Amino acid sequence: MKTNDVILQTTTKIIFFIIFLFSIHIFFAGHYTPGGGFVGGLLTASGIVLLLLAFDLKTVTTALPINYTVMTAIGLLLALSTAAGAIFFNVPFFTHAFDYFHLPLLGKQSLHTAMLFDTGVYLVVVGVTMTIIQSIGADD
Amino acid sequence: MSFVYFIFIPMLAALVIPFLYKKVRGIHTGWFVLAVPVILFSLYTTFLSKVKNGESFTSSFEWIPSLNISVTSYIDGLSLLFSLLITGIGSLVVLYSIFYLDKTREQLHNFYVYLLLFMTAMLGVVQSDHMISLYFFWELTSISSFLLIGYWYKRDRSRFGALKSMMITVFGGLMMLGGFVLLSIMGDTYSIRELIASAPELGNHEWFVWSLILILLGAFTKSAQFPFYIWLPDAMEAPTPVSAYLHSATMVKAGLYLVARFTPIFASSEWWIWLVTGIGLLTLFWGSFFALKQTDLKGILAFSTVSQLGLIMSLLGAGAISFHTGIEEDSIFKYAAFAAIFHLVNHATFKGSLFMIAGIVDHETGTRDIRKLGGLMSMMPISFTIALIGSFSMAGLPPFNGFLSKEMFLTGMLSIQDFNLFAFDTWGILFPIIAWIASVFTFIYSFYFVFRTFTGKHKPDLLPKQAHEAPIGMLISPAILGSLVVAIFFIPNVIGDVLVKPAVVAIQPYLYDVPEDIHIHIKAWHGPNIELWMTIGIVLLGYLLYATLSKWQPLYNKFPQGFTLNRLYDTMMFLSEVGTNRLTRFYMTGFIRSYLVYMFTGIVLLTISTVFIKEAFDISFATLAPIRFYELIIALVLIAGTLTILLAKSRLTSIIALGAVGYSVALFFVIFNAPDLALTQLVIETVSVALFLLAFYHLPKLNRHENRMKFRLGNALVAIGVGVTVTIVALSAHSQKLVPSISSYYEKTVYKEAGGGNIVNVILVDYRGFDTLFEIAVLAIASLGIIALIQLRLTKKKEVNRIEDK
Repeated sequence: MKTNDVILQTTTKIIFFIIFLFSIHIFFAGHYTPGGGFVGGLLTASGIVLLLLAFDLKTVTTALPINYTVMTAIGLLLALSTAAGAIFFNVPFFTHAFDYFHLPLLGKQSLHTAMLFDTGVYLVVVGVTMTIIQSIGADD
Repeated sequence: MSFVYFIFIPMLAALVIPFLYKKVRGIHTGWFVLAVPVILFSLYTTFLSKVKNGESFTSSFEWIPSLNISVTSYIDGLSLLFSLLITGIGSLVVLYSIFYLDKTREQLHNFYVYLLLFMTAMLGVVQSDHMISLYFFWELTSISSFLLIGYWYKRDRSRFGALKSMMITVFGGLMMLGGFVLLSIMGDTYSIRELIASAPELGNHEWFVWSLILILLGAFTKSAQFPFYIWLPDAMEAPTPVSAYLHSATMVKAGLYLVARFTPIFASSEWWIWLVTGIGLLTLFWGSFFALKQTDLKGILAFSTVSQLGLIMSLLGAGAISFHTGIEEDSIFKYAAFAAIFHLVNHATFKGSLFMIAGIVDHETGTRDIRKLGGLMSMMPISFTIALIGSFSMAGLPPFNGFLSKEMFLTGMLSIQDFNLFAFDTWGILFPIIAWIASVFTFIYSFYFVFRTFTGKHKPDLLPKQAHEAPIGMLISPAILGSLVVAIFFIPNVIGDVLVKPAVVAIQPYLYDVPEDIHIHIKAWHGPNIELWMTIGIVLLGYLLYATLSKWQPLYNKFPQGFTLNRLYDTMMFLSEVGTNRLTRFYMTGFIRSYLVYMFTGIVLLTISTVFIKEAFDISFATLAPIRFYELIIALVLIAGTLTILLAKSRLTSIIALGAVGYSVALFFVIFNAPDLALTQLVIETVSVALFLLAFYHLPKLNRHENRMKFRLGNALVAIGVGVTVTIVALSAHSQKLVPSISSYYEKTVYKEAGGGNIVNVILVDYRGFDTLFEIAVLAIASLGIIALIQLRLTKKKEVNRIEDK
């Protein structure tokens, strides 16, 4: 018997975006307030897990055609190249640089290479969590 | 002339031999090999004239210069004597083996490669001045001897004998290495000559006796002394040329060489004198007594070799006494070393020839069993003559060289009771008595060997082959040795001056400076003294006992088999294999829970004992913060959750309780001001509880027992122990903070230097970003591992086969 879970699916459609936005917020806020790449990544992944619970694996894969293993690899590469980029400026491995800029719309903001590293962490965490859940879920 | 490279000539020749064997099939490979020892022998004879005048030569090359290890060849009287023995007997043995080993049926390339390797090793042992290179060559003799004994590797007995000799000699070799290392630490040098020069200071060192005993263990195992002689009779499974070469003339004398070489260092110790003389004499008696029990020709010769080696060993021990008596006193001890070396030469000649005769008898009749042999005298007259010469020399009868050395031996043993040091004047009376009894037995087995084989009734129906005289080529080598036996009796002083005296100078440098100082003249007739009467007694009693041999020889079989040394060795080997197997099976249970118990118990014992030995336990409440009410509540929840996990009947309850514990830890993070940790802990706990539930859901239906965990006292004790240990360590560590925390640095610089506000995150990505980089790598590896586990399962046989087909 196929159950009709229209309430779950409808609320999921709304809540997913709230979770996703919150995770992005947590991720960007990490440098000044609690949060960061790790928690942000986990929250994003849990949003996708919610999608998986409400819909089935096939639907979610069609909607979000992401290869999470590749995502993990990109994340690792980003983190490593951020750390290694310092070598080209004749400073030790893993030296970060930051400065303050006036950006249109956002005003005075600091831009920090640590953010790029954190993006790597974020991508790896999302990739890893989804890889684990997907491969266990797809197993029969 | 760098004669150190002479040592390696046989080894280099061994490289070429297999090619010659494969390419030149028409000619027996032995003919090519024969050139090597002959050339070396003639090279070494060129040293004779100079060494005779007391000169010595050194030649060396650096091996490992940074560790001060070199290969040094030192030629003095002693090493030249041995080098001549090795190459001389080596030539004769190779010549003999050409006729003994069939070129179509035997794997000659193996044989000669091993033999040449052995020759290099043996030359290295006797010429090395550096102890490490001496040890290197020493083990090379063990290995090549192992290969030679196991030459007919398809026979069980060969493999057993090879393994046995390997185990015993390598044991001794390792002990000897230990002695060398101790000696080199004491003397601060590896050179034997330098050690001899500084010998007086070494005697007071606390390790002196230890190094003495260890080095003697090496010498005793190699020279088949009591109780290590048991490998030698089993080594008789080797081809007879090998037995003649290794196990009578050369390798078993390596131990004698070692004792002779180290005598100047250790002679001052009473341990040395007692051990070398006592063990030598015991071996002499034991070997001669049990030689009569043997029925195999080579078995008799093996025991006789053991006994003769004991004789030489005891003489070397008596020679060391001269260190205490000095040269002024006209004591006999200074002749003992001379007698030892003289008998060593004599033994090499007659025992080599006897082994070759035993090989001939085996080769021409098909058996070595003395009960089947008899009456071969008319069929093999030449062999009989040589055997007779060898046996009479071994028995100590004139006019053969054994007579001379036997007389000197008796003289040495008689005078030992005159020595009034180290309690020799009381116990010393036993020495000549044992020596005399052993000589009687030597006389009997010599007669037993030769007359049971060649006289009596011929039993052709018992023999596998029709007996006939050996080919002339096979008889050349024993004939040469046999004629030497007679020649030495008539011209003993030529051998004495040229070979023996320079060697004695090397053994007793504290007595003589040059060989001319030794005023010893060997006389075949030395008047009607007590030794002569002893010899007459030996001959009379020996002949009487030999005549009645068939009456009392069966008594040997009454000797209980359970108490033999071979049985002891077998039991030891059995126990070491089965015992260690059982021991390993006892603790390697294959259950992870056992190993966890070992590990945790180890941790508890090590930590607790360290804490109490170092008196590190300390509790101080001074720096503690006050406990707040809600901390207490969460702690109670935590404890309740933990107890639920332990006592729950269902696994589902345990999983839920584990989740509760995780969330209360998150709450702790909240109230201890760690928001990042709290966030991560919450999400991670949720994910892991979900994964636990997944695992629970997939438990197999068959064994899903919803039972409470069984109580085991041992486990409970270990768990309590671990808990107590960790608590003690935590309390002690918290109570003694020795250095201030570095966190204030982060507080100060987090905005200025790193441009951030969240210290935790900035530490993670900036200060300590390196750790984070590898933690995400760990996560990536874990996910790939899960993919590999789930998706790459090769459960079906078909798929496996498909992959293998590719």
